[in-house]
Amino acid sequence: MSEFYKVSSNPHVRSRAATNGLMLAVIVALMPAAGFGIYNFGPRALTVILVTIASTVLTEFLFGIYKWKVKRDGKGFWQRTTVTDLSAVVTGLLLALNLPVTMPLWMAALGGVFAILVVKMLFGGLGQNFMNPALAARCFLLISFPSAMMAFDCDAYTGATPLAALKAGEQVNVLDMFLGHTGGTIGETSALALLIGACLLILLGVIDLRIPGSYIVTFGLFVTLFGGHGFDPAYLAAQLFGGGLLLGAFFMATDYVTRPITIRGQYVFGIFLGLLTGIFRVFGSGAEGVSYAIILGNLLVPLIEKWTMPVAFGHRKGGRRHEK
Amino acid sequence: MSEKELRAKNSVPAGAGREEGIMNRAAERLYNGIAKENPTFVLMLGMCPTLAVTTSAINGLGMGLTTLVVLALSNLLISLLRGLIPNRVRIPAFIVIIASFVTVVQLLLEAYLPDLNKALGVYIPLIVVNCIILGRAESYAYSNPPIPSLFDGIGMGMGFTVALTCIGLVRELVGAGKAFGFKITPDSFEPVRIFAQAPGAFFVLAALVALQNFVKAAGARAGRDTSKIGSGCSHDCMNCGEKGCSQRFYDDGKEE
Repeated sequence: MSEFYKVSSNPHVRSRAATNGLMLAVIVALMPAAGFGIYNFGPRALTVILVTIASTVLTEFLFGIYKWKVKRDGKGFWQRTTVTDLSAVVTGLLLALNLPVTMPLWMAALGGVFAILVVKMLFGGLGQNFMNPALAARCFLLISFPSAMMAFDCDAYTGATPLAALKAGEQVNVLDMFLGHTGGTIGETSALALLIGACLLILLGVIDLRIPGSYIVTFGLFVTLFGGHGFDPAYLAAQLFGGGLLLGAFFMATDYVTRPITIRGQYVFGIFLGLLTGIFRVFGSGAEGVSYAIILGNLLVPLIEKWTMPVAFGHRKGGRRHEK
Repeated sequence: MSEKELRAKNSVPAGAGREEGIMNRAAERLYNGIAKENPTFVLMLGMCPTLAVTTSAINGLGMGLTTLVVLALSNLLISLLRGLIPNRVRIPAFIVIIASFVTVVQLLLEAYLPDLNKALGVYIPLIVVNCIILGRAESYAYSNPPIPSLFDGIGMGMGFTVALTCIGLVRELVGAGKAFGFKITPDSFEPVRIFAQAPGAFFVLAALVALQNFVKAAGARAGRDTSKIGSGCSHDCMNCGEKGCSQRFYDDGKEE
């Protein structure tokens, strides 16, 4: 036997991709939306973004220190601080982009603490969180402070957001919605900026179109069928560009931790999110439903994965081997 | 195994108090119910009312006291009747006794405290199926004399009351800025409304259980004895006649 056959155990091919590289790509891809938000709403948007990011990063850092101290007492376990993998920055940035610009800063910081401490670290840190921390924090704030979270009146814009206006049966300017010259949360207004970021992520291979594609197509079909406007391109475009649909579909539903890992499961997940968002927007009492749809979908991910788990070659469905 | 042997086995280890006199034993039952085996924070029983009615401290207190009364009286009566109730039909017999007391308490509440009755709503009749009451009847009152059983019921009820009042107080304070109905926070405080709603109950319960475990772990490190006492289970599954016990099947290496 020659030396040629002596191989080490796998893996043989290693990728240089690491968590902080992926997170950095997401941060860069969110920059157009964040930058447009600051341009659109003024410097206070920057303050909200910085405070939220500071709160998430600081929470993760302090939690790491606490874990370290527990170990020194002889109980608990060592845990390398995970603050350097940039995931806390992504969570903070996504949360800030989901807040209105008039949000009191302490509420934004509280949301950041909730996202990292309760949703992420208490469940075991990155990779163990059962729902998207930024969206969970947004829903926490939405239930806790409904008036502050719905306060979309600011120096730049007053009046209803485009989705609320649509719900009330008024006309909206689709071009303004596409470019982002409307009221809303900091990061959701400009469909153009979000699409630029999404293209970047797709080109870098960080995300693929399975979830966003099936999500948006399902939602579009749902709104066409049940929206009460028939096939009206202006209404359809307003529904697609309005609210947090693009932000949610490209940046939140595709979160590696809280999406299904099976390929069929990802389509199921996207279709489910599209249906839920459609139901919430068309039949619900509020104008928006993306965040609730995504965190509900996150909860169903284990079931979807179980249902769509591919069968290994030579095995029957259910994990048993074929018997001869 | 005969009923008599079964009862002898399930009763508290003799050293725990029979020689020390009945008052010591009663005090021990009270301490056990409130601290060592707090039904909410340690045994995790009766979660439904714990999560559902603790929107304010008053509601928690009312629910806890109502349960306390039912628990103490049903424990006393079941203990008195323990020689008469056949082993096979003991659960239906317990339920009948508990349901009678719940009906009494509910009629009294409707007559004298209609506001509280309205606030607690369907959770008053549901005390009948509260795990704490059935659990204490099954694991303690059915195999122990009346006076300790009464104090076991009072202790467990007080533990439940303390727990519910704590949860209700925190939720009311954070979720509405009030304590026992009085506004005590400054106007600038914006209540975090989620704590007054259902998700907040889970957050507060989990935080208080964690706090309780933290204190307990600190006590154990300092050398204090934090083991449970006399819940009716001797952890000797090999020689236990109990058939419906969950530990029997999950305890490592002791499956049948």
